[in-house]
Amino acid sequence: MTASDNSNAVTANAAEGQGELMARPGRFREFWSYFSENTGAVIGLVVFLTFILIAAFADVLAPHSPTEQFRQALLQPPAWQEGGTSEFLLGTDAIGRDLLSRLIHGARYSFFIGVIVVVIAAGSGVFIGLVAGFARGWVDTLIMRLMDILLAFPSLLLALVMVAILGPSLVNAMIAIAIVLQPHYVRLTRAAVLQELPKDYVTSARVVGASRFRLMFVTVLPNCMAPIIVQAALSFSTAILDAAALGFLGLGAQPPTPEWGTMLADSREFVLRAWWVVTFPGLAILINVLAINLMGDGLRDALDPKLKRS
Amino acid sequence: MDNTLIEARGLSRHYDVSNGFFGGTATVKALSNASFTLQAGRTLAVVGESGCGKSTLARVVTMIEKPSSGELTLDGHHIRSDEPLTDAQQAELRASVQIVFQDPFGSLNPRQTIGRILEEPVLINRPDVTKAQREQQAREMLAMVGLRPEHYDRYPHMFSGGQRQRIAVARALMLEPRILVLDEPVSALDLSIQSQILNLLVELQERLNLAYLFISHDLSVVRHMADDVMVMYLGRVVEKGAASEVFDAPRHPYTRALLSATPVADPTREQTRIRLEGELPSPLNPPAGCAFNPRCWKAEERCRQSAPELDEQEAHPVACYFPL
Repeated sequence: MTASDNSNAVTANAAEGQGELMARPGRFREFWSYFSENTGAVIGLVVFLTFILIAAFADVLAPHSPTEQFRQALLQPPAWQEGGTSEFLLGTDAIGRDLLSRLIHGARYSFFIGVIVVVIAAGSGVFIGLVAGFARGWVDTLIMRLMDILLAFPSLLLALVMVAILGPSLVNAMIAIAIVLQPHYVRLTRAAVLQELPKDYVTSARVVGASRFRLMFVTVLPNCMAPIIVQAALSFSTAILDAAALGFLGLGAQPPTPEWGTMLADSREFVLRAWWVVTFPGLAILINVLAINLMGDGLRDALDPKLKRS
Repeated sequence: MDNTLIEARGLSRHYDVSNGFFGGTATVKALSNASFTLQAGRTLAVVGESGCGKSTLARVVTMIEKPSSGELTLDGHHIRSDEPLTDAQQAELRASVQIVFQDPFGSLNPRQTIGRILEEPVLINRPDVTKAQREQQAREMLAMVGLRPEHYDRYPHMFSGGQRQRIAVARALMLEPRILVLDEPVSALDLSIQSQILNLLVELQERLNLAYLFISHDLSVVRHMADDVMVMYLGRVVEKGAASEVFDAPRHPYTRALLSATPVADPTREQTRIRLEGELPSPLNPPAGCAFNPRCWKAEERCRQSAPELDEQEAHPVACYFPL
């Protein structure tokens, strides 16, 4: 039960005397009122939505193909600088590809990575956490110690090792990142399950004979979702960042994929001669991750009962 | 006429508690050697202070926990501590025994609508009932416990404590049980709401001929509800009998002390309150002899040597060497 439920129960109690219940704003409206108080979170959300739109309409928005090479315009500076043209707004890279088009298409990869990694990590993590929380005993101990071992490694190093084993590619990098992120979900879910299990509504479901499967997914899981949603939002940005890092190290997406981290890696050697080839992909990663983190913080403030006022 | 729904003989529930790493295990006798019967349409109240085993009894009777020893017959089904029930037996028993919990804020799933909460027992236990029939049953049940049909689609947090407890009662009745275990059903509610819920319970009992196992520490509520009373102290039954007899002529010193602690709304009546010294002893380390002897003003050497037994043959039995 969240604090909002409690506070509403209090209003309900107050209304009991009149025999009529006060109308209560919907769950979403209440969530939004908390969320919108946080300016940073709203800005984050707007930026995030913009990125999603850009990713969705990349084909329409991008002026050129992300892989087309313009041999007459190698390392051309952005339009506002001397030597730049309006044809290539943000300039071109070392083999004459339009930077703006590559960034726009790169947004697709970032969201693709974020979504897939979070789905794999959250899906498996929540399931394993539920099993650990319900099973207790040696199963619980075994799972949690395994997760502790996974958490003991520096996450990027572990991802590196896994990519080294699986072979460098974007899909393998995503699998590796998902495995690295998944212990957080396991811990979070298990903790939430242990908090919910002793409550009477779970016992009540047991008394009417709910199967273990039903108890896990229908009775308990919906009550554990708030911290998991927050974690999902925050690990979305971690996934993008880690994928970019792996891409930069040459172990993630392979050229000519316009993935932001890979773009950074490709243009390393031109840092001094052509500032734009590293700055723009770097900025794209920075803004994206910052926006998602701001949004995630706002989500946490709005969903975590412990941080709520009243 | 035999409409006995619960028959318990020597019912016990022990827990093994680990005493830290080096301490080994200790046994907590949360419930020992309880015997009682309950007939359809009657209310057996179980009273005692916190930690006396009331809730353990409720959990054993509703099969949330298995008895450690003793025999329990529920609605014709024998439950023994040594042989587990088959799934089919459990399903049948679920339909005949249901429970209402103390805290109406914890006993309803906050993420389910009232309709789903009410329909869940039917959905699980009667898979052949169609969706429309389930909904109809739930709506009828809402009306029966005094709620309005529009409450069907709402969530538990939209209700007050009293309304929630009505919903909890409605859910417990969905499988048409014959026995309802009420684990302090009103102690979490406001006084004015308490009487509404109690009246609802009395009304439902008359209408459906239910047997209530009513667990409470509030003696004024028990006096209102109970036909029979069972007084427990530290996991043992110390006195048992018809409500009028236990209330008017308590025989166990502990019962007497409990009764003297209930406030009476009569300023002219002389207060003869018995103050009990000390705390409830730890169930991990109960005193030798009668469990009540350290706090009893009538205790003598004999009480510290051996524990008195309850004579089941008597009409108003008491576990005391020096009954009042």
